[in-house]
Amino acid sequence: MTKGTVSIQTDRCKGCGLCIQACPQHVLTLADTLNARGYHHVQLDERDGHCTGCGICAIVCPDVAFTVYREPLRRAA
Amino acid sequence: MTRELWKGNEALAEAAVRAGVDAFFGYPITPQTELLEYMARRMPELGRTFLQAESEIGAINMVYGAACAGVRAMTSSSSPGISLMQEGLSYIAGSEVPCVLVDIMRGGPGLGNIQPGQGDYFQVTRSAGHGDFHPIVLAPSTVQEAVDLTYLSFDLAFRYRTIVIIAGDGALGQMMEPVEMPPMREPTVDRPDWALSGTAGRAPRIITSLYLDAEELERTNLRLQEKLHAIHTTEQNWESYQTEDAEWLVVAFGTVGRIAKSAVRAARGAGIRAGLFRPISLWPYPEAALDELIERVQGVLVVEMNAGQMLEDVRAIVQGRVPVRFLGRMGGVIPLPDEISAELAHMARMHQRGNGFGSQHRAAERSKIL
Amino acid sequence: MSLTPDLDVIALPGPTFDVVYEGPDALKDVPTHYCPGCTHGIIHRMVAETIDELGIRGRTIGVAPVGCAVFAYKYFNLDGCEAAHGRAPAMATGIKRSLPDRIVFTYQGDGDLASIGGNEILHAALRGERITVIFVNNAIYGMTGGQLAPTSPEGMVTSSSPLGRDPMLAGYPIHMTEMLATMPGVALAVRRSMHSVAEMRKTKKAIRQAFQAQIDGLGLAIVEILSSCPTNWHLEPTAALDYIRERMVPEYPVGDFKIAAQLTNK
Repeated sequence: MTKGTVSIQTDRCKGCGLCIQACPQHVLTLADTLNARGYHHVQLDERDGHCTGCGICAIVCPDVAFTVYREPLRRAA
Repeated sequence: MTRELWKGNEALAEAAVRAGVDAFFGYPITPQTELLEYMARRMPELGRTFLQAESEIGAINMVYGAACAGVRAMTSSSSPGISLMQEGLSYIAGSEVPCVLVDIMRGGPGLGNIQPGQGDYFQVTRSAGHGDFHPIVLAPSTVQEAVDLTYLSFDLAFRYRTIVIIAGDGALGQMMEPVEMPPMREPTVDRPDWALSGTAGRAPRIITSLYLDAEELERTNLRLQEKLHAIHTTEQNWESYQTEDAEWLVVAFGTVGRIAKSAVRAARGAGIRAGLFRPISLWPYPEAALDELIERVQGVLVVEMNAGQMLEDVRAIVQGRVPVRFLGRMGGVIPLPDEISAELAHMARMHQRGNGFGSQHRAAERSKIL
Repeated sequence: MSLTPDLDVIALPGPTFDVVYEGPDALKDVPTHYCPGCTHGIIHRMVAETIDELGIRGRTIGVAPVGCAVFAYKYFNLDGCEAAHGRAPAMATGIKRSLPDRIVFTYQGDGDLASIGGNEILHAALRGERITVIFVNNAIYGMTGGQLAPTSPEGMVTSSSPLGRDPMLAGYPIHMTEMLATMPGVALAVRRSMHSVAEMRKTKKAIRQAFQAQIDGLGLAIVEILSSCPTNWHLEPTAALDYIRERMVPEYPVGDFKIAAQLTNK
């Protein structure tokens, strides 16, 4: 399984939940903390799953809160 | 230079072409359609933009777009069409982009008719759209003057980033007169530094009339008012005719302003010292010049092809210092010289008998021949 | 978009990770006023991504409508202007005719395009104006608080159709894209939807084709995008996407109504 991660500009998140529903790995949840605009922002929560860097969260996010990273595939040694 | 015979509407179009108009968007409406037809032939000849829009609403918003691109944009219409353009004009004023608009006025209200009229005076000088703004409004009384004013209009519009309206009427648009055409001025290729062109190599430019923040919209309006004040002090334009020793002053613009000259001469022939004050800029109204003249005359006769619109501006300037009488013809009926000179004779007679003035005359003031 | 995540970013990538996705340059790095879950934000991003991918940011001019997207010009990192309600196609015509080598697009809602602006889009299409039209259809007037739109499905309850849209009183939903597809001057007339990731991917492709149509000067290109309005539909953002699928798609089938041959392989 490729390893990936996301960085989230939590001040942009409006807690709409579209990414949480769409994430195939179910590793996005709403934080208890509020961002500056008073929304429970999304956070990466890899307790029972791992981000693969598929980028679906970035596709469905209306607020461009995600930057998506992926571990490069093992190149031939 | 040679003088050629030109029809008003076509002369206006050619004057704009020679002034370097880049884009014309119009819509057919009598009595100005020849202007559109002329542009349909002429603009493509010069590789410039011509388009007949789906409506006057379409046309004015195309002008708005072209103006945002910093080109010399123009449209023309007549009274009902100008009503349709008001929202667009307000957006154009609010975003301070320049354009030129020709209004060949006709009989109103409603569909009215296609005869000449001056019933758009309020519309073009005061309420050319919602919000506080005034286009510069220039009212030619001859085809030559229409050409000369149009030739200046783009420079005015770009200097102040405002709307310039050439307010003619059906008579001016349809009649033919010998005209000396100004030289062809190649359209400028360089665009102003506020114009939209694509953000390559610079920061993005935004043109909008939207300011949700009240203070910001007020600042925008204050800036707009400052500009209008500058225009008001600088661009007042009029003609005084035989006013040096005049006792009775006719105030009339456009076609009626021209007819009034014959009336003034006829009145002088009958021993009445009459003169004509003819505003050329309807906005900014030439207040200073009229105000000065009022000190030297016994009475004022305002003559218009409407129910009394410029009349209100004249009254505001006269401030009751002398009686102001009004002669208005509507429906497209053009007042004739003898109607005007008869009114002047009546005013002079009443004055001589001494009972023409004082309280009675206030009541009799609005004698309208209906 | 700044690569250095700001303070409150939680997950930091490992040293060897590649950036797979980040926000487009053609979108300013600013928060938007759109409601949580509103698909305008997604569509803005897709348009901006397309502009970046086609390398046309420097010569593209956007025309914003009146409606929720009236502030689109604040979000696109482009030259932009804001048209009177419904008049964006006419304004875009004025710009495009004056600057034929620039890319001009309008971004309009259904009230703006299909109601007050019906005549403007109709004639821009008849004239085959070489402009791109992003037509966001959420079946309601969003900015003004949820009134009936010409695109509202039958029976839809809105603030101005409290008993549900009754065609006898308020007419039938308008299918603007199908109408425009009949016009020779139109190079691309398609409808897409925001109701799933798969549909979003297709929307992005259609937006790209719509800009390509303009680059190739093929005629007017319009992409109608079924969108959500969680606030005025009184639905959770996720449920709102379901509403698109269940209530909008049946009325507005997603598909291609016209695509110029030259575009199909792009």
